[in-house]
Amino acid sequence: MNKLPFEAPAAASDRAEWLQRRANWIRLSAMTMNHHAKLGHTGGDLSSADILAVLFLGGVLRVEPEQPRWPQRDRFILSKGHGAAAYYSTLAARGFFPLEQLKTYMDPLSMLNGHPDRNKLPGVEANTGPLGHGLPIAVGAALAARMRRESWRVFVLTGDGELQEGSNWEAAMTAQHYGLENLTVIVDRNRIQQGDFTENTINMEPLSERFRAFGFAVDEIDGHSTAALLDRLSRLPFEAGKPSCLIARTIKGKGVSFAENQPAWHHGVPTKEQLAQAATELGVEVAW
Amino acid sequence: MVSADKASTTDAKELFDCRDAYMSALEEMAAADPRVCAVANDSLSSAKLKNFKAKYPDRFVNVGIAEQNMVGVGAGLANGGMVPYVCGAACFLTARAMEQVKVDLAYTKSNVKLCAMSPGMAYGQLGPTHHSIEDLAWMRVIPNMTVIVPADPIETAAAMRYSLVHEGPMFLRIARVPVPRVHRDGYTFKLGEAVELRAGRDVTLIANGLLVSRALDAARELESRGVSGRGFNMSSVKPLDREAILHAARTTRGIVTAEEALAAGGLGGAVAEVLALEHPAPMRMLGVPDTFAPTGTAEFLLEHFGLTAAGIERAALELLKVGG
Repeated sequence: MNKLPFEAPAAASDRAEWLQRRANWIRLSAMTMNHHAKLGHTGGDLSSADILAVLFLGGVLRVEPEQPRWPQRDRFILSKGHGAAAYYSTLAARGFFPLEQLKTYMDPLSMLNGHPDRNKLPGVEANTGPLGHGLPIAVGAALAARMRRESWRVFVLTGDGELQEGSNWEAAMTAQHYGLENLTVIVDRNRIQQGDFTENTINMEPLSERFRAFGFAVDEIDGHSTAALLDRLSRLPFEAGKPSCLIARTIKGKGVSFAENQPAWHHGVPTKEQLAQAATELGVEVAW
Repeated sequence: MVSADKASTTDAKELFDCRDAYMSALEEMAAADPRVCAVANDSLSSAKLKNFKAKYPDRFVNVGIAEQNMVGVGAGLANGGMVPYVCGAACFLTARAMEQVKVDLAYTKSNVKLCAMSPGMAYGQLGPTHHSIEDLAWMRVIPNMTVIVPADPIETAAAMRYSLVHEGPMFLRIARVPVPRVHRDGYTFKLGEAVELRAGRDVTLIANGLLVSRALDAARELESRGVSGRGFNMSSVKPLDREAILHAARTTRGIVTAEEALAAGGLGGAVAEVLALEHPAPMRMLGVPDTFAPTGTAEFLLEHFGLTAAGIERAALELLKVGG
């Protein structure tokens, strides 16, 4: 497996296209890892790949892979901790640890647990896995920036089904009360949770209005358009004095025909043949 | 283990609400260290944070009635380099936010201090919803967690000051039921070290929190009956002073534990585990039995469950099979 260079093109239009290719690399890397581990959450890995690529490889996040605990870094918290394979692939692509390490996903004693562990892996900010934990932690980190008069920003990526956990709305009230404009919530709105489509389980709509009612400045975009993501995430906060919420409309299993929009692919694991087919569809070579 | 004459105090029976000592310590720490901040859930008076908020408004967060969020916010503040003191009624802070305590604090090793206010049966008449008798058992079994039950205002302040230099999550019980002083001024809290407050040969009394002064009273009563009782303050439930327990098991004829919590899983459970594995010895565990408390004041309930000097004395005599 070759080392991926971190060389995002300067021109925005070139960068969006470059990021699209990087996102597809993240997709296939995540699927390869899930195939290797015979376990994983393929559907959500695929839906979040473009968001992760834009944040980490598109220059949105101010992070220093050489100094993962640089005090002034922007904080990114993957609240949907089950999207670990895409997250790890992104962190490795950004240079937080060697790409080789991705081959140890879920192996005995690996640093790459099924859900992220900040004490093992550079770049991880919070140990997540149980849902509804990321937003409260992000609110705390945003409050810390204010207390310390620092300019770091906090980003949290949640699932959509995850928003059924009440702790998110407790945290949303705190974010509004303290006017945390350094906080951005990105919702991976892929409309499928483990058991079924979200709307067959618990109605999530009108999601934008709900966040708006909780005091967020809200925008909704195509969560697979790296150009739209780059554009929106480079203009934060959406409104002065308010936390921002970006609802990224995504497709669970995005980019791989047999996995798209299939609840069973929430934690589906690809066979070798399916991996080869995914590589063809994504235009990426199977690396290992 | 710290020896008797250094640690114990006179028989002063003036009573103190340990929340005052916690509050003074927290304000002093905030004055000295800009990382110190406080997180509250609604009530500032029950957590004694009114002054803190007035003095350090920029380092004070009130999340409202939202304990899961409160603990997660604490983890985030710690991620951002602050040292948050997350203060709320023990019953809600633990039970309502248990997964956040496990994952966001303990598993993550977040440098967050949980100040569990009014623990045990302090809210006596309000009923079992407001009692926190399960907290020691719950907290003690979580890896990476440190669990402290101070005995008096002096130890409360000392444990608070220690918590700021301790890296990692910590659970501190801050007592509301008034207690006398059992430690001298200048007492230094040492994590994982039991304090021997009274020397004795026949039976060892191990207590923490408000049961410490009662255990010492029991030891004095025992002495009048010709029984020599050793008295320990085992405020550090985790880590536990195994050596002190084993030494007591080897050198006295039995051990009585006493705590304002479910004896199963709490201090009694912890001591019993050490004895069972390393030096089986006769033992009595005083605490709340496997039941929810009836209605009554804290003092009534302590009496009801035998968590008094007389109750401890009775248990010791029964253990030694002497007296009536």
